[in-house]
Amino acid sequence: MTRTRKPGVSRRATLAMMSAGAVTFATPWVARAQAKTIKIGMPTILSGRVAQLGTSSRNAVMLEIEKVNAAGGLAGRQIEMVIRDSKGQPQEAARVARELVNTDGCEILIDAEASSGAFAVHEVARDLGVLCIHTNSETSALTADPKQHIPNAFRTARQGVHDSIVGGSYAAAIAKAKGLKKWATCSPDYAYGRDTTGEYVTYLKRFAPDVEIISESWPKLFQPDYTEVVTKILQAKPQALYSCLWGGDLTSYIDQANIYALFSQMEVFAVNMADYTALTVVKNLPKGIHSGNRYIKTYPATPENAAWGDAYKAKYNEYPTNWSWENATAIMLLAEASKKANSADGKKIAEALRGLKIKSPFGADGTVTMRAEDQTLVGYAIGWGTTIPQEPYVPQVQAGDWKTIFELEAEWKKSKGYT
Amino acid sequence: MLPLDLDALTGCLASSACLVTQTTSGFIIGMLLFLVAVGLTLIFGVLKVVNFSHGAFYMFGAYFAMTAYQVTGSFALAMLCGAAGTALLGLIFERVFMSRVYGSDVLMQLLVCYAFVLIFDDVVRMIWGPEFKSMGMPAAFQVAPLFIAGGVVPPYYLLLIGVALVAAVILGLGLARTRIGKVIRAAAHNPGMVSALGINTGLIYGGVFALGGMLAGLAGALAAPVRSLTPGMGFSVLIESFIVTVIGGMGSILGALIGAILIGMIRSFGSLGFPLFTEGLMYLFMVIVLVSRPTGLFGKEVA
Repeated sequence: MTRTRKPGVSRRATLAMMSAGAVTFATPWVARAQAKTIKIGMPTILSGRVAQLGTSSRNAVMLEIEKVNAAGGLAGRQIEMVIRDSKGQPQEAARVARELVNTDGCEILIDAEASSGAFAVHEVARDLGVLCIHTNSETSALTADPKQHIPNAFRTARQGVHDSIVGGSYAAAIAKAKGLKKWATCSPDYAYGRDTTGEYVTYLKRFAPDVEIISESWPKLFQPDYTEVVTKILQAKPQALYSCLWGGDLTSYIDQANIYALFSQMEVFAVNMADYTALTVVKNLPKGIHSGNRYIKTYPATPENAAWGDAYKAKYNEYPTNWSWENATAIMLLAEASKKANSADGKKIAEALRGLKIKSPFGADGTVTMRAEDQTLVGYAIGWGTTIPQEPYVPQVQAGDWKTIFELEAEWKKSKGYT
Repeated sequence: MLPLDLDALTGCLASSACLVTQTTSGFIIGMLLFLVAVGLTLIFGVLKVVNFSHGAFYMFGAYFAMTAYQVTGSFALAMLCGAAGTALLGLIFERVFMSRVYGSDVLMQLLVCYAFVLIFDDVVRMIWGPEFKSMGMPAAFQVAPLFIAGGVVPPYYLLLIGVALVAAVILGLGLARTRIGKVIRAAAHNPGMVSALGINTGLIYGGVFALGGMLAGLAGALAAPVRSLTPGMGFSVLIESFIVTVIGGMGSILGALIGAILIGMIRSFGSLGFPLFTEGLMYLFMVIVLVSRPTGLFGKEVA
């Protein structure tokens, strides 16, 4: 029996027709989605001990996205945020970032990871070529090291070396005025603590050469009890103490040092004190702790900054964190760059971002700039002041001078072999 | 910086001021550890289970105390709430969950306990939120520290050490001298015989677990004014408590006391003499004890 072709539609034709139908029906939907919304992926830490990093980053982003969407979105496309938890693990951050782009179709990444995860997400951005804005990593090398440089990655966070220069010169001025020569340090025992303390001491000694470090303590990260560290510092009898402990570790340390009256026996410089996460939690905040500004709504002392802090508080019933302003800045810059490029395309936005200067509540002079050469944020408000136990917590902030910062930063880059 | 700073250590041993400060600081670290470790060792001695979820009771004690302090403003009530709340929690936890796995193998008990470590942490996160909290020092203790022989001693820490010592004495005497103490010791030795004599062993088990939970809760409540409160705060305390019980001998109350004070002193003087090696020193000491006396300093040979 010979095989004859049966009348009617063959299997092959049916398949062809079905797929054609699928394409016809599906295509307009995809096209419409393209025109309507743009997805922005955001890997961050939403669980565990530093969950506050993720929640306060997310809150700030959503606050700004609402405004951008109300004003028409990115070049006419409404923004949809896709926010995922990396649990603070670098490999998970990389996996989540990749998935956000490849599976969820995100066209832009807001990398709200801590430094460990940020370097992992950076590699994903390098691989996929997607526009990526680092919002929380303050590790200088992320943008200062030319080996890390890729055209599609930017940073809207402060940079460690800027803080060290401003902190070091502020402390040196006080050290000279009050004759503080014997210093102790007490910082958490991991990369951030060691690097930041090292850089700070370098600049302190540079501006005040007769300063001497007589005692160092390196408590573990998240150590519950600091009594032995407190008493050790009391034994060493320094005139001043530097610490870059942060969050719950800093508040524990303050509570425990307080009952030893440590704060009345030496000048204390704690770079991470003036952040609402710590300020509002400590019940008996000692007067006169020197701190760098992280985020406070009274510095810069402008109506814009106060209004932004109050709007955030009204919406989330708590004050913003340092992470909040860094993330809000990313969205503000994105919106401006997209307007300038008149496009929502990642490459065109990246082009517009380079060297872009925008009005900002967080700027030292009311503006912040995305520096073109290393694609990191400059011109943000940076300064040091002393604490009081109630609002505004840090009544007077002495502003850091960006001209000096630029000079010393260039010198530092040279010494590291980055230029 | 050198890993050894023996000058600082010998210098301290020669000065009465430094000696007083460091010794009290060792006691503070030690006595809080003792309160957690003694519950652990008691539960192991009587119930024969290693309660890996014990750190959670320390955590709950701190959170209960903070809430009670915020509501009532009374420090004494805060301590009471921390201790009583965790005692109740311990009783419920033992009766509803732990009592089901007494006969099972160690792995099953470990899994149940570990599950509850995660569950309790999440419960705290749901009730009090994920961010860290601080209870604040009661006004009565916001005073200048005392100077004893030139050494600095905060009054709050004197209270803390006193409360822990009183708890140790009551516990020791109670177990050695009272009828209930006798029954508990008997139940630890031969539960079958005790229950054959018409004594409700379930009640004793529940009671011992509640007592252990209460002591850990009291430690958490006492620590709340000086340590920040976070979900998961019980974990690091638990690890050190295990070291204490291993050094002192599982099941021995005196062992827990001596072990805890030794760990406190190692941390306190170790941070002067071995600033880069304080943590390691603790484990090194544990290794030495385990090699020379595998059952711990006061542990009994297993028959």
